Amino acid sequence: MTFTKLMATAALTLGLATGAFAQEKTKVGFVYVGPVGDGGWTYEHNQARLALEEEFGDQVETVFVESVAEGPDSERVMTQMALDGADLIFTTSFGYMDPTINVAAKFPDVKFEHATGYKRADNVSTYSARFYEGRAIQGHIAGSMTESNIIGYIGSFPIPEVIRGINSAYIHAKKVNPDVEFKIIWAYTWFDPAKEADAAKVLIEQGADVILQHTDSTAPQAAAQEAGDVITFGQASDMIQYAPMPRVSSIIDDWAPYYIARTKAVMDGTWTSTDTWDGIGPGMVGIGEISDAVPAEVKAEALAMKDAIASGEYHPFTGPLKKQDGSDWLAEGETADDGTLAGMNFYIEGLTGEIPQ
Amino acid sequence: MDLSVINPILLLAALMSAATPILLAATGELVVERAGVLNLGVEGMMIVGAIAGFIVAVNTGSPAMGFIGAAAGGAILSLLFVFLTQVALANQVASGLGLTLFGLGLSALMGQSYVGVKPPRMGDLDLGPLSDIPVLGPILFSHDAMVYIGLLMVACVWATLKYTRAGLVLRAVGENHDAAHALGYKVKRIRALAILFGGACAGMGGAYISLIRVPQWTEGMTAGVGWIALALVVFASWKPWRVLLGAYLFGGITQLQLNLQGAGVAIPVEYLAMSPYIVTIIVLVTLSADKSRAPGSLGRIFHASH
Repeated sequence: MTFTKLMATAALTLGLATGAFAQEKTKVGFVYVGPVGDGGWTYEHNQARLALEEEFGDQVETVFVESVAEGPDSERVMTQMALDGADLIFTTSFGYMDPTINVAAKFPDVKFEHATGYKRADNVSTYSARFYEGRAIQGHIAGSMTESNIIGYIGSFPIPEVIRGINSAYIHAKKVNPDVEFKIIWAYTWFDPAKEADAAKVLIEQGADVILQHTDSTAPQAAAQEAGDVITFGQASDMIQYAPMPRVSSIIDDWAPYYIARTKAVMDGTWTSTDTWDGIGPGMVGIGEISDAVPAEVKAEALAMKDAIASGEYHPFTGPLKKQDGSDWLAEGETADDGTLAGMNFYIEGLTGEIPQ
Repeated sequence: MDLSVINPILLLAALMSAATPILLAATGELVVERAGVLNLGVEGMMIVGAIAGFIVAVNTGSPAMGFIGAAAGGAILSLLFVFLTQVALANQVASGLGLTLFGLGLSALMGQSYVGVKPPRMGDLDLGPLSDIPVLGPILFSHDAMVYIGLLMVACVWATLKYTRAGLVLRAVGENHDAAHALGYKVKRIRALAILFGGACAGMGGAYISLIRVPQWTEGMTAGVGWIALALVVFASWKPWRVLLGAYLFGGITQLQLNLQGAGVAIPVEYLAMSPYIVTIIVLVTLSADKSRAPGSLGRIFHASH
């Protein structure tokens, strides 16, 4: 009895204490699709969260929930965060789009930031990185280095973000190697190491000597390492532990500057609903060190392409380009507009197979 | 579409290894449920086994020791379930779910410093001339020892349940614990042992993923295999050979669908992705038309005074 009473008092005090602090501290919530230790996508979001704490110290309080399933479950998690007094909530996966919009409508005073989506509201911003810029560089290295001319690609879900990556990689692989062929496997998951490893093994058995992945774990890297002569690229995070082989380079997401800027805006009361889509230039997309397994001249070309993309001189989707069905998309020298890219639901000419609908 | 890129021998060989984690976990859970206990903590025990086995294997340099460590890890975690359900008489469903959540958290904590570490490799078992038989050799006789241990486990569980006194007692406890108690059998002790066995099997299943199938440690890497194993036990009507069939079907069709996608077969990917679940359920449900039913005392709490 005394013990229960003690606990109750403690809980009450704690509750009051948090209540009192909440006035001064800005509370920032994060909803993650995988575990923070996935070594890829969620890991980088969590690194940015830690950077946020570092930056503002006592002025912010961050909370996160990991491995939240996309769909109704995420709506429950966001609601709870909002009820617990979060001022700003980052929802970090495409599948949280509708739940974010629904919850935001119920909490007009809470600001929401949804990653990689396209639906906005007065209190919902969207942000994403131009991963396809990094994919162009990967495609160039992959096309130059493949000997079997078969490149395996592990897709997660057939959404514009993933399709853009496939197209961008294919265009640049094809440019340096006209015989190149892409084999695409849809894993229908962001994070399932065993399945990702199986998909990588199947692609390798079917002749692929380059594996590109758009799933979050390092499992395909481990599978490639075991198979031997196969190269891979770090996805979302550097995955440097697999360098120099099989991981020859990587796309690194750096969310920290954005998270810091947006939190600052909430603190200052200047936050407005925006749509941010940054790439290599502003530093949201980083290219991990290209390892020595890549021939020096290929490395030099890749770095030149990176600089050209960063400066805005080169756009990865530059015409002439045709769609898979042979119809014209971009004329000579024309570059793709953001609207088309954001909703991309078609393959480029030369890719085989259909996009699951 | 080019089906010639699919090598049926490699496919069948991959099937056997893909099915092993589910097979091990489901066999363990089958024994637990036949003893009348519903342990929903399979996923938790698997992931703890995955990291426990990984830690032991990395530190001793021996994958075999790793599997022993994994079995111990899974069994130790299941002790918690024994305490909750057999001593404290807590609700089995809630305790099992709690065990899964706890296992996921605990494994993440244990694995902090093992991310990115490479485990020692477990070589394929040397079966001498058997591996050289054309076609059959690569499919059946060129696997790591755990694949065969999994098969052996199914055979042993089947024989024990069917032909031995111990198996009969275990089934009696599962069918009607009051009657078993009246006959003088130690219901709680038997159930505790069954739960420990289930924990050890689940632990080894988890370690098969972290040591052989992927091989690396990543948080939450079992990604729901434990739940599939649980469902499999039910659809297999609590019969060991059907568990084997179900696990091979599920593993096989998962591999096949990945292969078909790679080969660019013109079947919509959504159908391919759901096929392992659908086919396994249809086959096992059709088989269970023989009026198989759940153990009578499944999920019920036993107290000697009742």
